[in-house]
Amino acid sequence: MSNTNSTGRDAGTGLKATNRSMDRVQASLRRRYRAEKRFRAYGLISVVVGILFLFVLMASILAKGYPAFRQTFVTLDVYLDSAVIDPEGSRDPAVLRLADYKRLIRNSLQEIFPDASGRSERRKLVALISNGAPFQIQGLVMDEPSLVGQTLTLEFPASADLDMLMKGHIDRSLPEAERRLSDAQIGWVDKLVEQGRVHKRWNKALLSNGDSRDPEMAGIWGAVKGSFYMLVVTLVLSFPIGVAAAVYLEEFAPRNRWTDLIEININNLAAVPSIVFGLLGLAVFLNFFGMPRSAPLVGGLVLTVMTLPTVIISSRAALTSVPPSIREAALGMGASKMQATFHHVVPLAVPGMLTGTIIGMARALGESAPLLMIGMVAFIVDVPQGFTDPATALPVQIYLWADAPERAFVERTSAAILVLLAFLIAMNSLAIFLRRRFERRW
Amino acid sequence: MDDVNIGGYQFMEATTMSRDRETRSEQGTQALSRNSAASLFGSERGSDVPDNTVGVITHDDPIFACRSVDVFYADKQAIFGVDLDIGRNQVISMIGPSGCGKSTFLRCLNRMNDTIDIARVTGRIELDGQDILDSKIDVVPLRARVGMVFQKPNPFPKSIYENVAYGPRIHGLARDRVELDEIVQTSLERAGLLKEVKDRMDQPGTGLSGGQQQRLCIARAIAVSPEVILMDEPCSALDPIATARIEDLIDELKENYTICIVTHSMQQAARVSQRTAYFHLGYLVEVDETDKIFTNPSHKLTEDYITGRFG
Ligand SMILES: Nc1ncnc2c1ncn2[C@@H]1O[C@H](COP(=O)(O)OP(=O)(O)OP(=O)(O)O)[C@@H](O)[C@H]1O
Ligand SMILES: [Mg+2]
Repeated sequence: MSNTNSTGRDAGTGLKATNRSMDRVQASLRRRYRAEKRFRAYGLISVVVGILFLFVLMASILAKGYPAFRQTFVTLDVYLDSAVIDPEGSRDPAVLRLADYKRLIRNSLQEIFPDASGRSERRKLVALISNGAPFQIQGLVMDEPSLVGQTLTLEFPASADLDMLMKGHIDRSLPEAERRLSDAQIGWVDKLVEQGRVHKRWNKALLSNGDSRDPEMAGIWGAVKGSFYMLVVTLVLSFPIGVAAAVYLEEFAPRNRWTDLIEININNLAAVPSIVFGLLGLAVFLNFFGMPRSAPLVGGLVLTVMTLPTVIISSRAALTSVPPSIREAALGMGASKMQATFHHVVPLAVPGMLTGTIIGMARALGESAPLLMIGMVAFIVDVPQGFTDPATALPVQIYLWADAPERAFVERTSAAILVLLAFLIAMNSLAIFLRRRFERRW
Repeated sequence: MDDVNIGGYQFMEATTMSRDRETRSEQGTQALSRNSAASLFGSERGSDVPDNTVGVITHDDPIFACRSVDVFYADKQAIFGVDLDIGRNQVISMIGPSGCGKSTFLRCLNRMNDTIDIARVTGRIELDGQDILDSKIDVVPLRARVGMVFQKPNPFPKSIYENVAYGPRIHGLARDRVELDEIVQTSLERAGLLKEVKDRMDQPGTGLSGGQQQRLCIARAIAVSPEVILMDEPCSALDPIATARIEDLIDELKENYTICIVTHSMQQAARVSQRTAYFHLGYLVEVDETDKIFTNPSHKLTEDYITGRFG
């Protein structure tokens, strides 16, 4: 418009006018490029900030969690005294099971530190070795009763306090009363180190044990298995139900007030706080159907109810993104609605459905609030062996450990978070892999 | 557009010129009610659109007989009382400006409008004497009899072989693999694609060129041996060479099939079809022998359109 005006005014100097409008274009061009640069800078900054935060978070978790994968062990020479274990010499398993193995450890320690005398001294001495140590000997003796009477050189996990001292988390300069280890205990530890009896090893217990009051014996295997059983239930239920619901709603259901209502409700359900699903689980699965408390089966059901909306919504999105021309082509060939849907539409939507499901599963894996209500936030030592055994889940375990007062649980909390993150990354990678795999087919 | 090429077009036996009086009068009253209905198009319609279709709507040996077909998209009427016979084993082309309802009408013929929720079709469309608009009619066998080729090539994202084999497979036309292979081969052969694809039958159909894809869609349509093939602008995305091949193909196919083709190219209509129907704003303005339409159209609107003054 302004261009016409200017040419109108300087009629006859058309060239100038063009130049002038070019100037304007140039000026606006500069402005446009500036805006573009600015926008790109903002984008870059936000990405960098995001990555920075992620990096800091990961680095701090890694730094805190890494030491938990190393555990201090103490090497002791244990005399399997038959007078202590089996005075009658019957080698009866019942007798062997109930023997006082702790005394053997105490004897062995006293041999190294003869000066430790008196009840409380001795108790302090034994406290350097994990409470799990007697069970270790018990296992050996039960397997091989002929060992009784021999002296074995064994490695026992150190108590968490010794471990913390070795990892530098106990400040020796503090007054004795404020330390978890007394001066005497620190002196013994130093002597053990001097004798080369103290080593750091890969902490197998962390990955293979169930929960325990003693940090050095506590592991996440129970929680991992609990989470695994729950996710199996969730996957087996939410994928088929969610996909079937999505296919029905998207391809077959008539568009009317009822389906609108259902759609609104599904969208709302996806936004409901997860603890509400826990309440639902408590009311329906536990109280009404009388299912077992703390069972992965119930946890899985609750998480299924929670993930279903996500699965349905993402599956529907995947179905809508299939070009309508494919449906038309199939219907035009005389395929029935069912055939068009299952021969052509669903196969194309599968990658999207899988991604949605796995993202829903990943969310379910990280969820602890709904499990609170159905008794899965409990101290459970035994590793669950099935869908109805009492169990916890990884995020619940993290929550429980984060709550524990012992210093040694701090690093174990971070280690458990690392394991959880590893699971999440693995699941998301699987989602990406499946997506690529199915999309690349044509 | 003035020098319409009607070369390559063949004459056919003259059809009955006597029009069905009854239909006419019926149509007349309908036209009246149509006017009073004053739909969305009412104002646009003006006085140009004739109350009755000009030309010859009937045919000696009709495979389709459509009477007072109305199509609505929700409240909006897109087709107004179309009466048209479609002759067996001949090519009829449908022309008209964009948005006049050619596709909509074509899709009535195999009930593809059923797939659009808001679309509603009324009137009578008889396929060999049977009203296909009857809600009791099963669309699956109907669509097996009346195949369709869409404007945009839409092969399935499956192999070339699977694309062609799909129809015969779902309709159970082949008893065994050998028979299926044979159907696939002959269909591709007839669509003029076999030579180009016979070494890569297991490769995706979507990997072919646009023209090849369209011929694949035609092969897919003829694999179920339909009686009628509906083609909605099959060449709109193709280059002249691919277009020529498809036109040759249509010429060959009309020996055995009835073909309804929607096209924006008047040359194409003139080259491939025996009859031509001209649509305007949802009305069937004129239908007649193709040479009559292109050399001596009866209606002003048709003339304007084919001489390029309009549309
Ligand atoms: N799915 C639909 N929903 C609503 N209105 C539609 C739909 N499809 C077509 N219409 C309307 O119906 C009328 C006829 O459309 P149609 O597609 O049949 O035109 P056409 O003659 O095929 O045009 P073109 O040559 O551009 O393909 C148009 O006014 C269009 O807006
Ligand atoms: Mg069209």
